Amino acid sequence: MAIPVMKESWQSKVLEVVLGATPEKGGTRGKTITIGGESTLPYLLSEGDIPNRPQVAMEVWDIAPDNWEEQLMEPFADVIEDPAAWAQKCVEEFGADLVQLKLMSGDPEGEDAGPEDVEETVKKVLKAVDVPIIITGPGNEEKDNLLLPAAAEASRGENCLLGLAIEENYRTLAAACMANGHNIIATSPIDINLCKQVNILLSEMDVPKNRIVIDPTTGALGYGIEYTYSIMERIRLGALQADKMIAMPFLNFVGEEAWRTKEARESAQEGGDIRLGISWEILTAVNFIHAGSDLLVLRHPDSVKQIKEHIDVLMGS
Amino acid sequence: MILIGERINGLFKDVRKAIQEKDPKPIQELAIKQAEAGAHYLDVNTGPAVDNPAEVMDWLVEVVQEVVDIPLSIDAAKMDAIEAGLKVHKNGRPIINSTTAEAKMLERALTLTKEYNALLIGLAMNEKGVPKDANSRCAIAMEIIAVADEFGIPTSDLFIDPLILPVGVAQDHAPEVLETISQIKTLADPPPKTVIGLSNVSQKAKHRELINRIFLVMSMGVGLDAAIVDVNDKDLMDAMATAKILLNQEIYAESYLEMSRR
Repeated sequence: MAIPVMKESWQSKVLEVVLGATPEKGGTRGKTITIGGESTLPYLLSEGDIPNRPQVAMEVWDIAPDNWEEQLMEPFADVIEDPAAWAQKCVEEFGADLVQLKLMSGDPEGEDAGPEDVEETVKKVLKAVDVPIIITGPGNEEKDNLLLPAAAEASRGENCLLGLAIEENYRTLAAACMANGHNIIATSPIDINLCKQVNILLSEMDVPKNRIVIDPTTGALGYGIEYTYSIMERIRLGALQADKMIAMPFLNFVGEEAWRTKEARESAQEGGDIRLGISWEILTAVNFIHAGSDLLVLRHPDSVKQIKEHIDVLMGS
Repeated sequence: MILIGERINGLFKDVRKAIQEKDPKPIQELAIKQAEAGAHYLDVNTGPAVDNPAEVMDWLVEVVQEVVDIPLSIDAAKMDAIEAGLKVHKNGRPIINSTTAEAKMLERALTLTKEYNALLIGLAMNEKGVPKDANSRCAIAMEIIAVADEFGIPTSDLFIDPLILPVGVAQDHAPEVLETISQIKTLADPPPKTVIGLSNVSQKAKHRELINRIFLVMSMGVGLDAAIVDVNDKDLMDAMATAKILLNQEIYAESYLEMSRR
């Protein structure tokens, strides 16, 4: 006797977020990128649609990273001092769909760069590439609140994605995003209740729901990957069951977390075999694609290539 | 939780007066107020005191649809009045409110359900009246489900109303209604939805709002899907939002209440 195949029918779907603005929409990007819109669990294409493929971004720092191991720096050696050239290389040579400009020069314990420096960098990077960009601060609340509004203004109308908004610090960034027409990254520490809370807080400031991207906080392989996975799974189930306050697409900072692990770091040191670190990054990324990630930020060009191929297979393209 | 706003009903004095004077304004204000409070449907009932229910229903539906774009629950004792409302209904799928299991009425209601692609509320009663216990209510519900199936109406388009009576009149009915709500889910797969006309439980009682609020939460606890309620009763809405959290139907967040009030 044939066993009937049970199919789930969901009531709702993930919101779509559009990144970037072309000249018709007041920006200068060559194209826009849409993420989200899933009406099924990851790649269960018999139960619903995945209208937009996951996008792969690459990290670009505005200063040479001081904590990247030697072999990880290698592919970027010629552009490491120049964020515009670095961004260009990521897009043109390594095939990044977007770039994440990290304003690490603003770190008060490092160069402690001010808003004017940052504005200039943002403009340069926008000129160098025509893909949508993600902009994040150094991660120091005070400096983020100083630099991100400046970055938001310098990229006005480009419909960028800015972060990170956290429960304790979201007002300044939300206001800057709203005033300058950007999207916002809502970050929570692997906690579904806080995830929803940040989204509610942003909504209370009138940030439209389709301008929010969820950063659930990414745990790398061997370092909490399963916690992030299960939170993402639960959030996505909520979205499909029509909980609008968690129905936003996901962003995962994979590169940062994978290359923070002891194993990846050691593999990229002099004399190590970096293929281990690259595998670490790829496996972490693949895991989150299968948890429903819509946007992944990676570091190594080989990981980008592999992950894009993986996505091609999943999307049947 | 599917919320059906109860206020546009000729049983209320302000609505009755507006109907008599053919004054759309008070009705439209009630429609907007309920839609803004989060109603998914608006119940529209001419009330018993009109000579020409079909004509009044037609007018009510038109008047309401001028100001809101949510679907309506067309509520009348006579199918002719319901059909008059269905004919002019234009936003989404209307709810036919309601039919009993009495054969002639049920067949007419199911014919209209099909013709107008509507949803249907079936009352757990027949020509003999409202049964006292849960088993008899479920038996009637099963009849409705079976006949609907013959008409090709999917069970998921049916709402069964187990009929709650005023606590001051028939106190022993409330536990039976709760039992019915939970049993109905086992009658078919997919199961029909359940609905109650909440305010009936507190008819003529002194502490109406408290009774409504508690009974709604108790009913949600046994799986209620929909309720015809006063969506502008803020305490009731808060209780509902909290019940959804405690039943794990919605994900908790510190500001869940602020969000549900927006």
